[in-house]
Amino acid sequence: MRQTEICIIGGGPAGLTAALKAAALGAEVTLVDRNDYLGGQLIKQTHRFFGSKEQRASERGISIAKELADAVESNKKINVLKKATALGYYKDGVLLVEQDEKIIKIKPKKLIVATGGAEKTLLFPNNDLPGIYGAGAVQTLVNVFGVKPGNKVLMVGAGNIGVIVSYQLLQAGVEVAAIIEAAPQIGSYWVHASKVVRAGVPIYTRHTIKRAWGDTEVEGATIVELDDNWQPIEGSEKDLDVDVICLSVGLSPLTELLWQAGCQMKYVPELGGHVPLRNENLETTVPGIYTAGDAAGIEEASAAMMEGALAGINAAHSLGYDAPDLNKQKEKILMELTGLRSGPVGEKIRRGLAKVTC
Amino acid sequence: MRIKEHPILNFEKGRKVKFYYNGQELEGYEGETIAAALHANGIRGMRESIRMHRPRGLFCNIGNCSSCLMIVNGKPNTRVCVEKLKEGMVVETQRGKGELK
Repeated sequence: MRQTEICIIGGGPAGLTAALKAAALGAEVTLVDRNDYLGGQLIKQTHRFFGSKEQRASERGISIAKELADAVESNKKINVLKKATALGYYKDGVLLVEQDEKIIKIKPKKLIVATGGAEKTLLFPNNDLPGIYGAGAVQTLVNVFGVKPGNKVLMVGAGNIGVIVSYQLLQAGVEVAAIIEAAPQIGSYWVHASKVVRAGVPIYTRHTIKRAWGDTEVEGATIVELDDNWQPIEGSEKDLDVDVICLSVGLSPLTELLWQAGCQMKYVPELGGHVPLRNENLETTVPGIYTAGDAAGIEEASAAMMEGALAGINAAHSLGYDAPDLNKQKEKILMELTGLRSGPVGEKIRRGLAKVTC
Repeated sequence: MRIKEHPILNFEKGRKVKFYYNGQELEGYEGETIAAALHANGIRGMRESIRMHRPRGLFCNIGNCSSCLMIVNGKPNTRVCVEKLKEGMVVETQRGKGELK
């Protein structure tokens, strides 16, 4: 049985930041990630981030990932377990982890669950054909491995991910036939949407996919216009000659461990699905288990890093670690988070968080 | 299906290796995922669904959804979106749940 002060599950933006903050206060940290690299989904984000300087505006996700991962791997207070999958957390406070087909038992004093999210799918005939991917899946294929998913893409969903991935497909030399969006307006930031429109990609709002075509792979798609009640308008169908369909219809939090650990969960559509109740310190209803990032509610990488920082500081502080400016550090992060979630863009997140923050 | 030029990224590739897909010899790069190597060769179908025998391919590409399970070196239920390619690997379409041998 391995002992550790703080165990963090997930080495994405939230988990890495949590590890660095907790270690900076003096805590001894074990970071577990199922991949053979650190950085989570940041490693495929080639676009520049928004926000203020503190939020790493104008940096690309790929460079943030590298910087955080390097800092974590070179930190003597942090023990990193890669290709290691957390299997379960038990009542006696033991976490089971699988690595190289062997079981490792870890007994952490505090646990931070930063497991991220998973892409949602959409119901339509033939939605299981090869050639239909989550938009993030295609982003990984193109930006991490330099491989195209096909030649001509229909992007379903005009939120940030759909529009950004469409642009990144164009950069990779893949044609994007259209972006469709069921809502009457584009969900992404205008700066991203105008880039793809300038590049000649049409965005059809009030449209959804009716079906995919193909025998063993995608060979085409039929899209249809929606009326004011989101119902398909008969006769408005259009066939698109595409060999790739990307679904960018949101993510849901990966919360299996939190459920299994007995954390009280609540269904909050604004946050992408079931999420754990938490206090202002990001501690769940099971004392000693904290959560941060997309696992706590789907947001963006910037928010995940700030939540990770808070969870790391709070978990370390609960073990007696302190710093003269600890409260100032926390206040500063909370202020930045409030700033990030302000305005009309953050309205949905604020509404969601109000339902789960006790 | 490989990207030749990219305005931001340089793709660092490992050693070129041979592998086998349903008996067919193909080339890929060591260190990329099996799924990426198959896509680079224009192959997108990976398994058959268990009950309806429908073709299935990659969906999440981060080791979460189980859509891309294949038989790799005789081992079924391998997530080819996260399993890295190695010289001489034998990759096969998975039909059914896979058998423990």
